Order: sequence, then structure tokens, then C-alpha cells
Amino acid sequence: MYDTPKAETAVTSNEIKFSANNVDVYYGDTHAIKNVDVQIEANTVTAFIGPSGCGKSTFLRCLNRMNDTIDICRVEGDIRLDGEDIYDKKVDPVQLRAKVGMVFQKPNPFPKSIYDNIAYGPRIHGLAKNKADLDVIVEKSLRRGAIWDEVKDRLHAPGTGLSGGQQQRLCIARAVATEPEVLLMDEPCSALDPIATAQVEELIDELRSQYSVVIVTHSMQQAARVSQKTAFFHLGNLVEFGDTSKIFTNPEDPRTESYITGRIG
Amino acid sequence: MVFTLTLAIFALAIAAYLLSSRRAAKVAATDDVHLHSRPSYHGLHSFLWVLISGWGILLFLVIFGNWWVTSSLMSQIAEAAPDAAIIERQLILSDARAIAEGRISSESGELRQALALRFARLDAIHSWALIVLGLGGAFLAGLYSYGRVAPEWRARNHSEKVIRAVLLVMAGIAILTTIGIVLSLIFETMRFFSAIDWQIHKYLFGTTWSPLSGVFEGKMDADKVGALPLFAGTLLITLIAMIVAVPVGLFAAIYLSDFASARVRAFAKPMLEILAGIPTVVYGFFAAITLAPLLRDGGEAIGIRVASESALAAGIVMGVMIIPFISSLSDDVINSVPQSLRDASLGLGATKAETMQQVVLPAALPGIVSAVLLAVSRAIGETMIVVMAAGQGANLTANPLEAVTTVTVQIVALITGDTEAETAAGPAFTLGFTLFVLTLIMNMAAQRLVAKYREKYD
Repeated sequence: MYDTPKAETAVTSNEIKFSANNVDVYYGDTHAIKNVDVQIEANTVTAFIGPSGCGKSTFLRCLNRMNDTIDICRVEGDIRLDGEDIYDKKVDPVQLRAKVGMVFQKPNPFPKSIYDNIAYGPRIHGLAKNKADLDVIVEKSLRRGAIWDEVKDRLHAPGTGLSGGQQQRLCIARAVATEPEVLLMDEPCSALDPIATAQVEELIDELRSQYSVVIVTHSMQQAARVSQKTAFFHLGNLVEFGDTSKIFTNPEDPRTESYITGRIG
Repeated sequence: MVFTLTLAIFALAIAAYLLSSRRAAKVAATDDVHLHSRPSYHGLHSFLWVLISGWGILLFLVIFGNWWVTSSLMSQIAEAAPDAAIIERQLILSDARAIAEGRISSESGELRQALALRFARLDAIHSWALIVLGLGGAFLAGLYSYGRVAPEWRARNHSEKVIRAVLLVMAGIAILTTIGIVLSLIFETMRFFSAIDWQIHKYLFGTTWSPLSGVFEGKMDADKVGALPLFAGTLLITLIAMIVAVPVGLFAAIYLSDFASARVRAFAKPMLEILAGIPTVVYGFFAAITLAPLLRDGGEAIGIRVASESALAAGIVMGVMIIPFISSLSDDVINSVPQSLRDASLGLGATKAETMQQVVLPAALPGIVSAVLLAVSRAIGETMIVVMAAGQGANLTANPLEAVTTVTVQIVALITGDTEAETAAGPAFTLGFTLFVLTLIMNMAAQRLVAKYREKYD
């Protein structure tokens, strides 16, 4: 079996948010991402699937330049957010990350109160003029994170005291609080039990009305449930990209079929 | 002789190990039975028995034998020379010992010759007792253990019990030593307080420190043992040291852990560790010979009088000494804050500085606080730098440009001074005890504080 890049299936219905062309990523001498092209649409959930080490998380972290924090990582190619090159020298990665929020694999609330966790981003970016404003933002974000009812009576309790699923929804609410345009999620359910997973998935579906969501997942069922577009990565190549329904019912590439039927991975 | 015997018993123990383990192996092979313990445990059991009984007998006999020889000779001296003072009797004894061993004695007389003969006889008995009882005991213990080798003998459990007992004894030695030191501190402190008629307030709050000025009259003057200037001086120098060390150490740690490139870190961390490796005595004369004159001349140039042994010089150098202490402890603490928290903050569009200030430092705060308090304890107890660079005279002042003295300096002065140790020990022990109590309280307060913050941030 040879892994060669393959042109993605053309899919255009919504406005394009992210457009990545000829992206290569290197970790030192390791070629982690090989010539990947992906278009991410607004108000759409895009899932990245693929076996471990295939580069899907690495590619996700290119979209908000989180790879900049890794010294040996080098990104080449063209990634545009709303037509603007995010690796241009003029772009400040700090401002980019305010527009492109991120939720991580393991829930990582700050060791602060629930309120301060949510208020962290808005405070940094000066989104609230006064305390009342901030209160509104915190409540709105917690509601969008589908966790308001569970924590409204203990906003000043530590965020680390919540259960795993609650912590992850808190982290989603925290990411939402800075009013991003895109939300990147790196295996957001891998540390959660099935019930918490269902809650987070439901939340992702609701978030789609306002944001475009990119989610990396190991679970093909999850990708099928929550996403409209799916990209299949294998050994650093983007093997196939298209409508989720098509990828899961009628994949074009034999590797994609092998993976979703459980023969490789 | 004792040394040879010690080695001989060790050799016996090794022999016992080999014999027993071999016998156990043979039992296992020939009888086709299942041994409870592996052969090496049978060997270990014999080894431990021989070693502990042999060395135990030896230790007991050495202590008891020396006491027996000395006391029987002393009673003979007491009979022959009932008028001699104790010190004279001890001299006679050591002369007799010297004659018996063929060394040169200070004096030689009939009594001494007779004693020397008796000493030689007793010493021979003692030596033979050591050889016979020590080796014999070890041999019997080995024989006993060798005889126990059998398939059902639980050699492993028994040797583990012995080893546990040995560990307990070692831990006990460490704990008892601590208790002993504290008790002797307390005892000497009590004696000192009773010498000043329990006017403890005069010791704690008095401002004149000259404890030995009354010793010729054979008593302590309660008005001259005011230790307040000493503690004030210690505090002042510690404060200066902390003003130097905390910001520099903490910011160095922040820079090295999160901002420096790998190349800078590879170069700078070893440099800081070298700073930690400089002996304090070097810092001391650096402060006294280089920095203090520099400060004095600099002060003169701008018209400020700086004492040549100023609190400032000692404090600055002590601060420099403590920098690596604070920076390496803080560096560990900052590095142990999970990367996921940094990622979360950066992912929200925070800058590195905001992340450090609002996420990493608050999470690391308990550790940093305890690092600083450890450093304070260290500064309070530091001796060498202040002995060389701080003054001797007890001077109650808050002016860092004047000379002050510290608790540790005064302890050194008392113990190394000309005054008889018996007299000087009282105030020295009391100062030491007070310092110990202060440090203890501070460490406990630090732990409380850290525990409180931990609850908030976990």
C-alpha cells in the first residue's frame, strides 16, 4: 500500500473560512505533514480522522499557530483565514488565537474559580467594559457551553473541582468566551465517559450555528455523528476529504475504506 | 586488635553465608523437596547472625572492658594515694598505661611501675576475652544458624525481621540524636536563664549585649545579656539579602524556564549552579575585602558615611549567595506547572507574559513561597559571611550603612573566644536555642501558608 496525496473531493456550499494549500510540517527532520490541502467552511463541523501519529493533531495546531510554541517545528505552505495568510509576518499569533479558539484533549481548567476561568480570555482581550458586562459574558459563555445550570450556584468554586465532563464543557465555554470565529477541538472527548461524551457532542452540534468547528477524533462513530465534512489522514498525507456521509458510505480511496471498516489503524 | 577482630568476624560471616547457602542448595537438590526459602536467604540468615552477635559482643566487651580496667586501677590508686586529687589520679593512670605500652611517661615511680604491671595483666585478660568471646560467640551463632538449615525453616522471614530491626535501630539513632541535641540546648538554656535569675525579658528585650563582662565575678549580669540587637541585626541582614535574592532569583527562574532559548538555558543553568558551589567562606572574604571597601569609598565620594563593616555589604553578598538557591527551587516549581495550562492560556490568545503572570505563577505560588521561606531560614543561620563581613559590636540600628552583629556571629565569638567554654557555653547555647525556635516557627508557618494556598489552587 502506498501513501500518495490525493486531490480532495470538491465541496463548496458554505463560505470558506480556512483554506490550506500545500502545507508541509516538519519536526526536526521528521516530515509530519505532507502537502496537505483542506478547505474548512463556516458553520460546519469538520472532522479529522486517522490512525495515531497520522498528523491530524499537528495539522489542527497549524490552524492557530500553536505549533509556534514547539521549537523544532517548522510549517511551510499557505494557510489562509478569511483570505489572509496566517503565517504572514504581519500577523500576530496572539491575535490569531483570539479568533481561533482551541479545546484540548485533556480538560485543562485553570486552577482558578469557574468564573475566573471563563473571564480569563475576555479580561485579557478587554472585551468587557465593567463587572456587569463581564458577568453577562460569563453567563452567556457558560450557557453556550451547556454547563450554566450545573454551576450557576457555585461560580466561585474552583474549576478543577468539577467532574471530567463538566471540566471539558467549562473549557469549551472558556474558549467560546473570547468570541472566536473558529473552534479547534483536539480529541475533546477522549478523556470522557460516554454520557459526558454525548453531552459534549450535542454541544458541538449547537455550536455549529455560530462557529465553524474543526474536531480531531479517534472515534469514527463520533466523526459520523457530529461532522458534516470529514478529512482522513494517513502517515502525514490527506488521503480523502469530503462530505461525511460520502466518506462513511462510499469512500473513493481504498485506504479510507480499510480504515473505516477497521482493517488498518 | 579490635579492628582485626572486626574484620575477622566479617570474614566469618561471609564464610557462614557461603556454607549455609551451599548446604541449603544441597538439601534442595538431594532430597527433592521444596525449600521454603531460597538458598541465598539461608546464607543471609547465617551472615546476619554471625555479624550481629560477633560485633555486638565485641562492642559490649570493648566498652565494658575498658570501664573494668580503668575502674579497678583507679580503686588501686585510691588505696595507695588517698590524698591525690582526681586530676592527679588520672595522670598517674595515664602514666602507668604509657609505661605498660612502652611509651614515655611524665614521671616514673614505684606506684606507677606496679600499676603498669597490673595494667598489662588486665589488658591481656581483656584482649583474650575479646578474642575468645567475640570469635567464639560469632562461631556459635554461625553454628546455630547453619544447623537450622532445613526445607521448612523460614530463613527469609527471619532474616527480613532482623533487617527490619537493623533499619529501626538506624532510624532510631537519627531521631535520638536530634532529640538529644534539642534536649541539651534546652538544658543549657535553662541553666543560663537560672544564672540570670529567670529575667528572661531582659534577655529577649534588653539592648546591651556583653554577656562575659561579669564572668570574673563568677556571675552573669542580667542587664548585659540583652539579645535584641543581635536579632535585629540578623533580621536586617536577612532582609537585605532577601531584597537582593528574591527578585533576581525569581526572575532568573522565570526567564530560564519559559523565555530563554534552549541554548541560553544550556549555558546559564550550569553557571547558576557554579554560583551555588562557591564555599560561603569565599563569599565571606569577598564581602569583607572587596565589597565593603567599595561601598565605603563609594559612600565617601557622595558624602555618605558607610561603616567598613556594614550590614549592607554582608546582606548583599548573602543575597548573591542565596540567588541560586531561590532560582533553582523556583525553576523546579515553575517547570512542574503542567504544559496543558500554558497551552490553554496561549490557546485563548494570551501572550507568554500574561500566561506567566496570570496562570503559571499563581499555580506555582505555594512552591515559590516555600522556596523563599527556606531561603530565609538559610540566611538566618548563615554564619561565615557575617563573621567576616558584619561587625562584632551589638548595635541596635535599622540603618544598613552601620555595622551590626548577628546571632551567629556572637555564637562564634563566644565559642572561639578566650573565655572558658563552660562559662561561654550558656549564652551561646541560649542564642542557638532561640535561633532554632525562630527557624522552627517560621518553617511551620511556611507549611501552613503553603497548605492554605494549595487548597485554593488545586
